[in-house]
Amino acid sequence: MIKKEVDIAIIGGGPTGLSAAISARKEGIDNILLIERNENLGGILNQCIHEGFGIEIFEETLTGPEYMQRFIDKVEQLKIPYMLNSMVLDINKKKEIIVCSPEDLIKVKAKAVVLAMGCRERTRGNICIPGTRPSGVYTAGCAQNFINLKNYMVGKRVVVLGSGDIGLIMARRFKLEGAEVLAVVEILPYSSGLPRNVVQCLEDYDIPLYLKHTVVNVVGRKRVEGVIIAKVDERWRPVKGTEKKIKCDTLLLSVGLIPENELSKMAGISLDPITNGSRVTENLETNIKGIFACGNVLHVHDLVDYVTLEAELAGKSAAAFVKGELRNESNIKVTAGNGIRYVLPHLISGKNDVKFSLRVMCPDRNRKIVVKDGEKILTKIPKMRVNPSEMIQFNLKKEYLEDVKELRVELE
Amino acid sequence: MKKKFVCIICPNGCEIEVKYSEEEIEKISGNLCEKGLDYVKKELFSPERGLTSSVNLKNGLLPLVSVKTSKPIPKEKIFALMDEIADIEIEAPVKIGDIIVKDILGTGVDIIVTKNVDKRIHS
Repeated sequence: MIKKEVDIAIIGGGPTGLSAAISARKEGIDNILLIERNENLGGILNQCIHEGFGIEIFEETLTGPEYMQRFIDKVEQLKIPYMLNSMVLDINKKKEIIVCSPEDLIKVKAKAVVLAMGCRERTRGNICIPGTRPSGVYTAGCAQNFINLKNYMVGKRVVVLGSGDIGLIMARRFKLEGAEVLAVVEILPYSSGLPRNVVQCLEDYDIPLYLKHTVVNVVGRKRVEGVIIAKVDERWRPVKGTEKKIKCDTLLLSVGLIPENELSKMAGISLDPITNGSRVTENLETNIKGIFACGNVLHVHDLVDYVTLEAELAGKSAAAFVKGELRNESNIKVTAGNGIRYVLPHLISGKNDVKFSLRVMCPDRNRKIVVKDGEKILTKIPKMRVNPSEMIQFNLKKEYLEDVKELRVELE
Repeated sequence: MKKKFVCIICPNGCEIEVKYSEEEIEKISGNLCEKGLDYVKKELFSPERGLTSSVNLKNGLLPLVSVKTSKPIPKEKIFALMDEIADIEIEAPVKIGDIIVKDILGTGVDIIVTKNVDKRIHS
């Protein structure tokens, strides 16, 4: 086994890892190692050939590959070392990482670690769809990989379950490639994708969206021959008598993403059961000193621009930790109150300006995000429209946070 | 005629209702700003979309390379344009920004590469 010592190890070479690496290097850390399990950098952006990336950061709309290339070029230009085809198998509290690389098994001892593993898709097994088990059931991202990277068309008559962004984008992609998209089926009373995707992927192509419906059965022995959809009640239970068969050869699943935290658990990192990501301080540090988390492994984002900005902070914090300059005084709890599903970071110091990220429980109009310390209201942020599919971020200046005991964020 | 829109220009997402004739908007409500009016006008009378897809790639590390239109194209031309690029095959290596078709279908819009793909080395 080869042994290596580095200042900062970054696990994952997608947009998160790339941005964390660039930011750490800009803070003056030379000895960085970026570890990627795939054969190229860029992560999921490799297959996201649609536009809509970069509006926040570059003020123009780019495709996924164009967006990632800007960061890959920077990594090359800064000569940041990276390993491809290399899978991290183990990590412990002492920040010792075992990497399986084409060269050999490598034991990396790092002073600081940035977790940037991203997330994976929920599968049929995760959501327990009954029926036979024929071929033709794909997660949306898997179909996207086949169609956009491998030139393999997965089906001709498609039903999409779940109206998350990847499902909507794939519905359009199938239509453009000549397939029929018969339905997008969503269990909630509203789409779980961004409004622009509902307009430009479904309405543009007259693809019907069945809200408050789900797939209750898959039919077919060798290949999918159809799916049975049904209405659901308020508690998501299928309503008897509303079943309808749709003949199709493909069922696409876009039913949510799960942060990939298997490695985080090995390192003894404490996770939040709502986000399925780490609990972090305002520096994005986990409960293990010197291990930081950012991007989709921390919480699932809807815009890559926000991933990039979050990863910049994690890279900066990891650099400060290595230089012995990171102050950890975060002991003020931040909790999600009424109407808020989650809010990050979990802990703040009250001594610095903080950027908060949150998601609301359900769509609504003319609401206010209220930040409280006990009964005392610190600030109110008006929102014309709130939507669970759109992450909300806001900054609070340290002046607001002096002498705060516990911060509570609510929707009013 | 009447139609409802959700404006996608900014996160406010105004729900806009319009009454319109063949060539003009007669009544509009629900938009908080002028941008909403512009959005609805464009959507009703000359909707445009950026189009992204992929074309065949010869001797590349990937069998395909992703492409986009250099500017949005009229919405009704999307499928004609997909047909037009269906049989294109280009040769690796390719780089972001390479123009593969100039002025496609007389739209004044080019088809450009959105990914760097190297040549496959034969062993």
